[in-house]
Parts: sequence; C-alpha cells; structure tokens
Amino acid sequence: MSRVDLPSLATAKQDEVARQMTICNACRYCEGLCAVFPAMELRRVFEGPDADYLANLCHNCGACYYDCQYAPPHEFGVNLPQAMTELREESYARFAWPDALAPIFARNGLWIALISMISVAGFILGFALWSDPGALTASGNFYAVMPHNAMVALFGPIFLFSLFVMGMSMRQFWWSADTGSRMPVTPRALWQAMRDAGKLRYLDGGGMGCMTQSTRPDRYRRLFHHFAFYGFLLCFASTSSGTIMHYLLDWPAPYGFWTPPKLLGVPGGLGLVIGAAGLIWYDLKRDDALPPKDKTGMGPAFTWTLLALGVTGLALYWLRETPVMGVLLALHLGTVFAFFLTMPYGKFMHGLYRFAALTRHAHEQATHTTTIATAPTEGRTRA
Amino acid sequence: MTYDVLIAGGGNAALCAAICAAREGTRVLIAEAAPMAMRGGNTRHTRNCRVAHDEGNGILTGPYPVDEYLDDLMRVTKGNTDPELAEMTLQRSKEVWDFLEAQGVRFQPSLGGTLSLGRTNAFFLGGGRSMLNALYRTAEDLGVEVRYETRVVDIQVEDGFFLGGTLEASWETDTPQREEVRARTFVAAAGGFESNIDWLKEGWGEAAENFLIRGTPYNTGGVLRLMLDAGADQIGSVDQFHSVAIDGRAPKFDGGIITRLDCVPFGIVLNENGDRFYDEGEDFWPKRYAIWGRLVAAQPGQVGHVIIDAKSADLFMPSAFPPVIDDTIEGLAAKIGLETDRVRKAVDAFNDACQPGTFDHTIHDDCRTEGLDPPKTHWARPINEPPFQAYTLRPGITFTYMGMRVNRDARVLFDGTPSPNIFATGEIMAGNILGEGYLGGLGMTIGTVFGRIAGEQAAKSLTNRKAAE
Repeated sequence: MSRVDLPSLATAKQDEVARQMTICNACRYCEGLCAVFPAMELRRVFEGPDADYLANLCHNCGACYYDCQYAPPHEFGVNLPQAMTELREESYARFAWPDALAPIFARNGLWIALISMISVAGFILGFALWSDPGALTASGNFYAVMPHNAMVALFGPIFLFSLFVMGMSMRQFWWSADTGSRMPVTPRALWQAMRDAGKLRYLDGGGMGCMTQSTRPDRYRRLFHHFAFYGFLLCFASTSSGTIMHYLLDWPAPYGFWTPPKLLGVPGGLGLVIGAAGLIWYDLKRDDALPPKDKTGMGPAFTWTLLALGVTGLALYWLRETPVMGVLLALHLGTVFAFFLTMPYGKFMHGLYRFAALTRHAHEQATHTTTIATAPTEGRTRA
Repeated sequence: MTYDVLIAGGGNAALCAAICAAREGTRVLIAEAAPMAMRGGNTRHTRNCRVAHDEGNGILTGPYPVDEYLDDLMRVTKGNTDPELAEMTLQRSKEVWDFLEAQGVRFQPSLGGTLSLGRTNAFFLGGGRSMLNALYRTAEDLGVEVRYETRVVDIQVEDGFFLGGTLEASWETDTPQREEVRARTFVAAAGGFESNIDWLKEGWGEAAENFLIRGTPYNTGGVLRLMLDAGADQIGSVDQFHSVAIDGRAPKFDGGIITRLDCVPFGIVLNENGDRFYDEGEDFWPKRYAIWGRLVAAQPGQVGHVIIDAKSADLFMPSAFPPVIDDTIEGLAAKIGLETDRVRKAVDAFNDACQPGTFDHTIHDDCRTEGLDPPKTHWARPINEPPFQAYTLRPGITFTYMGMRVNRDARVLFDGTPSPNIFATGEIMAGNILGEGYLGGLGMTIGTVFGRIAGEQAAKSLTNRKAAE
C-alpha cells in the first residue's frame, strides 16, 4: 500500500479559499482593491500552499466582501475576508515550530491570558521572595527590586529563543509557497515589501478605506494599526537604546526624560495604548460576517497584550517614585516576559508572514513571465 | 404622506435619478424589490461604463471621441436607434466619469483579460456592487428614503399623468403589506423582464425554460407591465434579448460574469446530436461572444458542447466551473452524454479538414479548415492532444430590449405625448438607444445619463408646478 503524502493534502480551509479564488479569478472585479487579486491572476489553479500564501497576503480590509456580487446570501457564498482569516489562523498553527506547540493556536486567547497571568504572578512572587521589601514600595530604583543582570539573564535567552523559533516558522512558510524552483529574496523585493508594509498600502480597500463595519469605508483601522505598529517599534527602539547605553556607554538607568530611552519610549507607549485601545474599540463594532467562525481569541489576545504593555510601561514611567512601583514593575515585566515567550505562538506572527507574503508578491509581480490568458483578442502580445 | 418623487427600482439608473432629484431639495422614495444584500438589479453584475472622452486620463488609455462612439453604436445596432437620443446620450457620456466620481464612485484600470476595453470603458473599482454602495451612501446622506423588499404593484395613471402608486412590502413573505403612496412624480427604473420566464415564453415558447438568466432574479418586468398597461408607448418586441453562451452549469439566476466561457474559438462546438453548427473561429471572441447565446438557443434542447484539447487548456480566461476531462474523445463524449460515434466522427472530420498554419490567437491567423461545413476560419487546430476537455454551453440572458419610449427629458411618451410627471431610465428604456446588438458598458451609461435627466426633470417639474400654483 502506498503511503499517503499527508502534507500535500489540502486542508478544508485551504480548499475553501481555493474554491473562492477560482470564482474570483473568473470575475476579477476586485483587481484594484489589493495585492491578493493581481497575485491570484498569475495562477490558474490554487493548491494548498498558494492558498496559504494568498491568505497571508490578505490584509483583511473587508472591502472585497462588501463589493462582491457573490457574497452571501448569493449561492456562491464568496466571503474572502472570512475564509482567508480562518485559513491564516490555521496556517499559523501549521507553520509553528516545534509542531508540538501548534495546539496553542487553537485556544490562543486562553493560552496567552494564562501565560500572562502566570508570568505576572511569577514576578510578584519573585520580588516578594528575593528583593528587599523596602525597595518594592518606594525606591524608584528598578534594579534594587530586580538586578540588571537578573533581567538580562531572564529576558535575553527567552527573546533569542523566540527569535529563533520565529525564524524557523518563517522558513517553513517561505519554502512551502515555493512551487518548483526556490524564490530568491532580493533587496528590491524586500524594499518594496517594506514600503508596502510601512504604509499599510493594502489595508485601505484600494484607496477607499477599510470596510469592516458596513458598506461605509473608513480609515480608523489603518490609523490605529499605524499607532500600534510604530508605537511598538519606538518601544523596541527605546529598549535597544537602553541596552546600548548600559553596555556600550556604561551609562546605567535611571534615565532622564531627555534621554533616548525616554524620548522613544514615552511616545512609543502612548502609540501602543492609543493604537491597541483603538483597535479593540473598532473591533467591537465589527460586522459579524467577517471574523472567523471558530473563535480562537487570537486577535483580542494580541491587542489586549499590546495595550497592557503600553499601559504598564507608561504607568511605570509616571508612578515609579510612588509606593506602587514594585507592583507595577512586576506587572510590566510579567507582561513583557509573557509577550516575548508567546510571540511565535500568537497573532504577532501575522506581521512576519504578511511581510514574507508581500516580499514574495513584490518579486513575482516584478519577474513573472505568465501572460494573463485571454480569448483571441486583437492586439494582445503573444505569450 | 406625499413624496415628491417615487422611484421604482434600485440600480444605477434609479440611484442617479434619486441623487439628482434629492440634490434639488425634493423628498424621494425608492422602492427596491430586492432585499438590501441583493439590491441594485443588474448593476450588481456590471463592471464599467462606456464614456466618450477627448483624451486619456491615466486610467482610460486614450481618447474615445463621440463620433467614434456613435459609429460603434450605429454598427452594433445596425441603425436601430433613436438618433437624437443616441447623440445626446453619447455627448453627455462625457460627464459620466466626473458625475459618478462626485458621488463617491472610484475607478480602476481595465481588468486582466479585458485590455480591449481599456481605452473606451471606465471600470468601477471593486465592480458594480462597490459602485452601488457608493451611490446608496450618497443617496442616504441626501435624505433619500429607501425601502427594500418593496415592489410597486400598481400605479394610478390618468392620460399619462401619474397620481399615485401602491407599494407591497415584504412581498416575498407570507404576509405582504400593501400601502398606497402618493407622489407628485414617478420614475420607472425597475429594469427589464428577463427574469420573467413566462413573459419570455411569449416570444420563445417552451425553449425559454432552458434559458439561464445571468442577472438579478428581481427583473420580472412588473413595472414595465404596469406602464404598458397604462398606455405608455412600447419600444422593441417581446422576443428580443441579449444573450451570450455561458457555462451550462450556471445557476438559473444571478450567475453573473463568472459563468462566461471564452474557450469557443479554441475548439469545436457540437449540439446534442453531435453536429457542429457555426464557425467557431469567425472573429475575435469579444466581437463574437454575443452571438453565441442565440446560436445555442436555436439548437435542440438549447445546449452546446465545446470540445478542446490539452494545447488550448490554458489559453483562455480561467473558468469558474472545471471542465469535464477524459483521455479519449469517446470517454469524453460518454461523460457529457453525447453519442460517442457521432462525436468521434465530428472530431475526425474537423481534424482532417484542418489546414497547416501558424497558430496565433492575437491575429486572424491562417489555421483554418478546408471542405468542412460549417467551416472554422481561424484558430483551427486538430483536437488530438489528450486530455480532452468539454464545457457545456447554454444561452445566458443578460437583458431584454423591450421597454417604453421616452423623449430627451426622460419623459415617458403616451401616444406620442410626453408625460408631465412620469420618467424612465435604465434598462426599461435603454431600447430607445440600443435597439439591438450590444456595446459593452453602454447600458450603464444610458442609465446614468437618463437617471440624471429623470431626477433633474422630476424636480424641475415640481418647482414649475409649485410656481404655477
């Protein structure tokens, strides 16, 4: 008996995306809305990996659902934002490394909430057990509560581990979409992808704005995403600048408000809070037709985590000289630790996979040799 | 409650009329027979409008002067048009882009596989439903009242003067509610009657049972019937419709663009008896697809079967439904329910008649048959490379031509006299300009141009009357 090649079998969610893409490819009215449709037109059949790639290229702006003449209640039942969101969430689990941790994605909200709570509790317990009780309430000096070396020893390895895991997942995602020859990663494609991602070019309904609440487009979602994303980058830059100052410039914390860690960190924290809170508020009003039918809690887990990171970080900045400093530090470090630990196993990955998909898209649009097939028509160049 | 303007229908034409009337400060009520999710009649399935313009604009790739547009119209209609209305429509088509854009409609370059329309037709970003969404948003913001699942079941007309109408809400449910509505003017913009199979039978007999309707199931011609019964002048005849050959597996209604099949020029088309019946390679497909609906409608059972081989499989726009595939012609014939001997004979006869040539589907190439009846004059290559593929064709009706006569103010004519307060726009009057044939994107242009006129004239007739009072 021949063995069944399991990885080559398409999943039900891949099949559903392929079914809908086949309909879209015969229609093409949405061509100008985003990157998914031009990418679709380079294909005639949609295998599982094609579906994964296209689903991760989708930014979920919602416009094609409201624009679609075949959307439910039409019998063709085309609802790409929902089908692609479901496949994306499933694909995150399939590309997870190691495989054994893939189930975290199925009940993502629960897992991330649990890990975050345990992490915060661990820090509170740790502080209570090991630090000077006086330092917990009044010192204003973080390192009196948790020595710098202890922080580095704890956060450094877990961050590096997550980076490694995310690299493994990205590699699997990239390779699985290669059908036939390996697609190179070119600087040109990377630059294009960075510009598209940086502007959220495709979270815009082709220029009209997202439509995720009704047929009225708006730009709130992209705005809040920009706040959250650039806020996050600023926070990351803040931490990095602190590390550089500590180790290279031999300038340990605390830092004044005019120093890079604060100049970057405070606006970054504000951006995170505004962006994450905005996204949470915006999603409350979401049209029920669009979110995935299986509620994994992945999206809310991520936005709430970002909000907690921003709020606890800012609170620490303003209240460090007060008696609540110790508790706040435990909350903040606990949230950061849980975030680092779960980065490869939650919605954080959407950015990486989408960036990879944008890179692939940029490359294949620049180099494709497929001529879009058409019936005998005057004046078309020959394939 | 008295409305200034009652509009029957909820597609592009109706919305343009509503917006223009509302901008003049009138109270407008739209009665749309479809539920909200399916609103907009056949506009839902459209993708562009054909507009005259003196220069390209970055999206439209070059100029399309009114004269050329008029030549195109005269060619496809064979002169079956009202020249005065036609010229005015094409002149005013120059304003359509700016008008629609001002209502929130966005445009995109011509779609992959439709390059031939890139110069002449303005494609709606996101297609017709996106365009409708923009028009509805604008209409709602202007205070237009829209009632969904509500149809006009009766109108009171006296000597061409509109007095009022009867609306029926929730008409598809067991508990429809009727309501008399008084309105000072009436705009008939409720589309054609192509989804009314019984009415189609008046022109086509039982064959109409085998027709597929590409567009909305809500175009049942109720308003057209009421208007004709009230004495509106009829234009066109009951047996006229535009149809194309579409995939036979398409749903009875609402299959839209994706049921199109572009493979005919690459293969041969057999009827139920296994006989060819027309030159598949007569001309470029965009110039021929419109005749194949009628060709197939005239065949036994209103069905045709395209057969192609492996070398043509990837040469046309991908289809929504997969082909029937087999490694032998006989196997393929059995799968599609034709007599294997007859199909074998038809394919052999065709293959034997194919002359050597250089295949090129971008020109009228020299691949043709010799001594075959009917001939295939271009793109004829022997069907001999397995796997073989078959698609079933059926007539898919896009729209009907019969409607009511209007003048240049969009006023409906009663015994040749323009009504003081009844207007028409869209498919229900498009036959005034497109008496026969087809020109892609013209229907939307007629609807927009006459929608604007109907809305403005309806509002104007009110102010005139108010001034007179």
